[in-house]
Amino acid sequence: MAEHIVSLKKVNKFFGDNHVIKDLNLDINEGEFLTLLGPSGCGKTTILRMVAGFEDATNGTIEVQGERVEDKEAYERDVNTVFQSYALFPHMTVFDNIAYGLTVKKVPKSEITRRVKEMLELVQLMGFEGRKPDMMSGGQKQRVAIARALINNPKVLLLDEPLGALDLQLRKQMQIELKRLQKQLHITFVYVTHDQEEAMTMSDRIAVMNGGVIEHLASPDEIYKAPKTRFVANFIGESNLFTGKLESLENGIGGVATTLGKAKLELSGFEPGEEMHICVRPEVMKYSKEPVDGFSLRGTVKNVIFVGAQYRTLVTMEDGYDVKINRVKQNKDLKEGDDIYLYWEPDDATGIKA
Amino acid sequence: MAGEKRLSKRLRKKRLWGRVSNVYAFLVYLFIYVPIIVMVIYSFNDQKNNYYWNGFTTEWYEKLFTNSDLVGYLGISLIVAVAATIISVIIGTIGALGLVRFEFKLKSVISNSLYIPIVVPEVVLGISLLMLFEIANFPLGMTTMILSHATFCIPFVVIIMRGRIAGMDLSIEEASMDLGANRLITFFRVTLPLLIPGIMSGAFMSFTLSIDDVIISNFVAGPYATTLPVKILSMVKTGLSPEVNALTTLMVLVLLVGILINNAVQALLKKRALTNIKSYF
Ligand SMILES: Nc1ncnc2c1ncn2[C@@H]1O[C@H](COP(=O)(O)OP(=O)(O)OP(=O)(O)O)[C@@H](O)[C@H]1O
Ligand SMILES: [Mg+2]
Repeated sequence: MAEHIVSLKKVNKFFGDNHVIKDLNLDINEGEFLTLLGPSGCGKTTILRMVAGFEDATNGTIEVQGERVEDKEAYERDVNTVFQSYALFPHMTVFDNIAYGLTVKKVPKSEITRRVKEMLELVQLMGFEGRKPDMMSGGQKQRVAIARALINNPKVLLLDEPLGALDLQLRKQMQIELKRLQKQLHITFVYVTHDQEEAMTMSDRIAVMNGGVIEHLASPDEIYKAPKTRFVANFIGESNLFTGKLESLENGIGGVATTLGKAKLELSGFEPGEEMHICVRPEVMKYSKEPVDGFSLRGTVKNVIFVGAQYRTLVTMEDGYDVKINRVKQNKDLKEGDDIYLYWEPDDATGIKA
Repeated sequence: MAGEKRLSKRLRKKRLWGRVSNVYAFLVYLFIYVPIIVMVIYSFNDQKNNYYWNGFTTEWYEKLFTNSDLVGYLGISLIVAVAATIISVIIGTIGALGLVRFEFKLKSVISNSLYIPIVVPEVVLGISLLMLFEIANFPLGMTTMILSHATFCIPFVVIIMRGRIAGMDLSIEEASMDLGANRLITFFRVTLPLLIPGIMSGAFMSFTLSIDDVIISNFVAGPYATTLPVKILSMVKTGLSPEVNALTTLMVLVLLVGILINNAVQALLKKRALTNIKSYF
């Protein structure tokens, strides 16, 4: 048994002169829900298409279940795809759409009927087998697409923004259903989205991509709490970023001279003298009217606004940068124009290599 | 009430315009169909020279079927049209697939050169085809007719199919391959069924172009492959005869039936699944 169900090693992809995937390594564990998350054009779809067999890697190797797949055609690979546009066969009924993979393999009719029934139950579309795709809603079409891909019992299911075309409510509902399916069937899901909330709620691990490279691959929790790069810090959730140089490092606490003043945080793996960034999430940012030991970050309260579930205070720093502070309760002690000092608990901040 | 009054005035105006445009449409159709209707009526005229109405007769139709070989020419027309249609649909569809789906050198040149046979005057095309056959020492007859007709039909099929194929969602075919179907199965179970409506339009177009072509046929028909339109043209050179009226009436009838069949098939295709195509596999 292979260690990883899918494994990309030093994969590069060029479209003409356009270097789309850069020396990418990615190991996907059996049975996990892995999400590729990143801005438009970062290469998420390209990765799925290379694994599925619709696109050839310019170089590097791709393995599925420990076997190299370069020489296998898309129809010979043990992976199936759910397309963003559903890509249902418009001239076939729901039944024939779902049965397609089996009819191609010449599975006996009685077994096809039985397994299509199972699939219809699984995606809760009983009674729809005679319908044509154009007579179904977006959510129903997506279920057909999922059932059609699952009937072949793939080792890996590739999903390219499967919920992208659905409205918010339906999307939430389908997220739960997809997660249920994945747990129930123990299939590895490789899921593409650019909705970070979706990625956060569904994934076992997230690969945050930018410009053809994976910047951070970890659990949602870890990615949020300790983003590896400046890009990840900005892309996932909200963050306040300070840039500076590590001056001292004692007992795991680093003192940093930022462009806006002194600051400290828990650090490991950094050397004094190194250039670095500090990421502090808005909900752990603290403030005081008096200077705090180890910190000298001064700013002026710009405004306090209510944004849905919480209150946000914007604090303008000397160079014009707005620091965000989020609180569930309103900061009654703050008003516009107050001069305050910002600080945080040393273990609430994350150091990012410059 | 003032508001109500204004509204009804507006409605009245709208209705008036509706009536005017109905009359306009009626006149346009009249303009198109009166000559045909006159021809149909006169094909039943019991008078040889067609100058005035002299009573009803089916004599010309009887003549047509008994003592004339016009039916034979019609047969040739049909054979040429059907053969040219089949050839142009196959070549045109494959050509369009190639033009849309593959990248190659001179693609835009080849793509644009499709319009040359369409814009070149038919006389020129006829002469050049004739020259070609003469140089190649190829005897004029059915084969040259079919090849020539396919020549001017193919560009139309390619242009129709090119649009259809470009508008097709590629991921539908990818989904088929993803589910384990190789390229051949994918073509016959997914691509082809989705292209059927386009192929039908292409075929209909080719058939119509071929069946009423006179100019090119005139050049390449030779003595044994004279089609009906060519024959008719040579007949009216010596004056209009009611027999020709009867014949062209029949042709109109055939085309009318053709249009109706085409529409019916298109509607049926839309309504019913083409899933039975898969029974070939
Ligand atoms: N067939 C192609 N030919 C040329 N360039 C391509 C092709 N497919 C993708 N690209 C380019 O590769 C890059 C990555 O595309 P890709 O579709 O993988 O992005 P993505 O991350 O899926 O984006 P999105 O979130 O918008 O779907 C883009 O710059 C795109 O323009
Ligand atoms: Mg994409």
